[in-house]
Amino acid sequence: MKENNNDIITSLESKEYEYGFTTDIETETLPKGLNEGIVRAISEKKGEPEWMMEYRLKAFRHWQTMSLPTWAHLDIPDIDFQDIIYYAEPKPKKKLGSMDEVDPELKRTFDKLGIPLEEQMALAGVAVDAVMDSVSVKTTFRETLAEKGIIFCSISEAIREYPELVRKYLGSVVSYADNFYSALNAAVFSDGSFCYIPKGVRCPMELSTYFRINAKGTGQFERTLIVADEGSYVSYLEGCTAPQRDENQLHAAVVEIVVENNAEVKYSTVQNWYPGDKEGKGGVYNFVTKRGLCRENARLSWTQVETGSAITWKYPSCVLAGDNSVGEFYSVAMTNNYQQADTGTKMIHLGRNTRSRIVSKGISAGRSQNSYRGLVKIAPKAENARNYSQCDSLLIGDKCGAHTFPHIDCRNKTAMLEHEATTSKISEDQLFYCNQRGISTEDAVGLIVNGYAKEVLAKLPMEFAVEAQKLLAISLEGSVG
Amino acid sequence: MLKVENLHASVGDKEILRGINLEVKAGEVHAIMGPNGSGKSTLASVLAGNEKFTVTAGEVTFMGENLLELPIEERARKGLFLGFQYPVEIPGVSMANFMKIAVNEKRKYEGLEPLTAAEFLRLMREKSAVVELDSKLTARAVNEGFSGGEKKKNEIFQMAMLEPKLSILDETDSGLDIDALRIVATGVTRLKTAENATVVITHYQRLLDYIVPDFVHVLYKGRIIYSGDKSLALKLEKEGYDWLINDYKE
Repeated sequence: MKENNNDIITSLESKEYEYGFTTDIETETLPKGLNEGIVRAISEKKGEPEWMMEYRLKAFRHWQTMSLPTWAHLDIPDIDFQDIIYYAEPKPKKKLGSMDEVDPELKRTFDKLGIPLEEQMALAGVAVDAVMDSVSVKTTFRETLAEKGIIFCSISEAIREYPELVRKYLGSVVSYADNFYSALNAAVFSDGSFCYIPKGVRCPMELSTYFRINAKGTGQFERTLIVADEGSYVSYLEGCTAPQRDENQLHAAVVEIVVENNAEVKYSTVQNWYPGDKEGKGGVYNFVTKRGLCRENARLSWTQVETGSAITWKYPSCVLAGDNSVGEFYSVAMTNNYQQADTGTKMIHLGRNTRSRIVSKGISAGRSQNSYRGLVKIAPKAENARNYSQCDSLLIGDKCGAHTFPHIDCRNKTAMLEHEATTSKISEDQLFYCNQRGISTEDAVGLIVNGYAKEVLAKLPMEFAVEAQKLLAISLEGSVG
Repeated sequence: MLKVENLHASVGDKEILRGINLEVKAGEVHAIMGPNGSGKSTLASVLAGNEKFTVTAGEVTFMGENLLELPIEERARKGLFLGFQYPVEIPGVSMANFMKIAVNEKRKYEGLEPLTAAEFLRLMREKSAVVELDSKLTARAVNEGFSGGEKKKNEIFQMAMLEPKLSILDETDSGLDIDALRIVATGVTRLKTAENATVVITHYQRLLDYIVPDFVHVLYKGRIIYSGDKSLALKLEKEGYDWLINDYKE
């Protein structure tokens, strides 16, 4: 088998990152580095109110007192935070009135990514808030949503148009003081998305945001705030691909979700930032803080497919504050070549009869390191809390690593906690069986991996699931040996 | 169709096949019998291209081409099918999806358009009837949770789907009850045409009651030491291998 597979590896290693291209668009940037002046400049550029600038400055001052977290199972190169450009926006030639006025270069970029912005989206029933670098370029279906009272816009716009809502909820789930990266994000976030679903409203379509880093050497600090008011429902999709480049890119996003009484939020992510080349050079550093707060009878479900980034540090979590609230986390994290991922979730049970479910599927190939890190915490008052955790690891080859760090902190005797874990390898017998049926090794690996990840992929909305399946197969190319 | 000449193969330092000669023509059924450990399954694996084994000498021609130079999947697409003795489970991959890829890979190789979903489903229904395979099984993951009998039926179902030129069935009868054996064997017989050929590896004559062979070969210590017609199988059933083995001097 070795000889044959080596051939495959050689042929595939020459393949370049599929979405590796950059678009030439005039970009307005601030100088490199970070100080109070830069924070003020970002806020001014965005025409923000005084309270917002104050919030940023408080976060910045706090950030200066903090140090980088070192507890993750990651080997992180030194990051020079003064060598980063904190703000860049694609410069529009003029104010945009319609799609026709969008920069053709920009449109081509989206087309290359296969993002259907126009009629296709109507057919698919998806509204898109497309974020290119830092400024929202276009928002679709705004009117349909507006009829229901749903607000879906860029966070900058929300700060201007709906200051009371933003002020009430921003930082209420992830405080700027939460961690090093959340503080950094609070200080310099350039844009992101805001979504508000009013009481009792069921959002009629999947809300979708595509992120894309474009300006060379620009860090991306996205801020997302989703508020599902009482009895409402929304399914939110986030997907990203990044162009190829040599120097590393820092990405420190914050996603906050508030799920009020009897509301439900589904948040799905497909993450495909540039992972670096096969020697481990380049690639995005992805330090993300995602957390949701569930009130009574509320339900929050995180689903993520993580295939990109050189380094992933990400723990979408649920704070189950209200009685009978439910938190779910479904994850596929795949690493190849020299990628490193330390990802998982935190389920914080505070209310009574709270339930949580964790299904984590790690896939490691090449020389990558893949860790699951999870915390299930049952507070003293969380009577009858329940958690089910399943952590599976799939190894491809013998040079990669899979690690599991499940933490349980239980302070209530009525809690029921279950934890299951498996580790498996793609066997030569499975590959031979597929080969014998005329299926190439490369396709066989894609097939087996997708089968392994099926339980999680099934949680994704249909059109996303298809994209995710392709991504898993693409990301594993050349990994068998 | 298949011509094996002086084939030697080993695993590690151990030589298992020590000069196999075999010719299979279209329309023929060959049975390969022999005591345990004589190299029957190894022969099947080597022909299919399993890289656990190293071919050290000899030549194999399949459909006019040097078989040993072809990668495993190309041998398969060219029409060589191996019915596994122990089919592996592939969790999460539905039988239908698995077969759809396999069938369309073969069609692509032959320069044909892939089947549409409707055509494929029709084909599945038709072919699963050949081996009385419960259609629910095709919705399940490949071999996962299948009984021994179901796994073997599933192998013949795949054979029916792929319409191979040459099928090598490695102890397809092992672990089957009488009814399953009849179904599997009848399935194989129904798939027989003047254009394809079958090599059946078996321990038992009873399979050959259903699949009537044109030739029966006895494999011993990595060589075919005796060949005959179907009556040889009956004789072996009655008298065992001793008379042949005693006769055979290295």
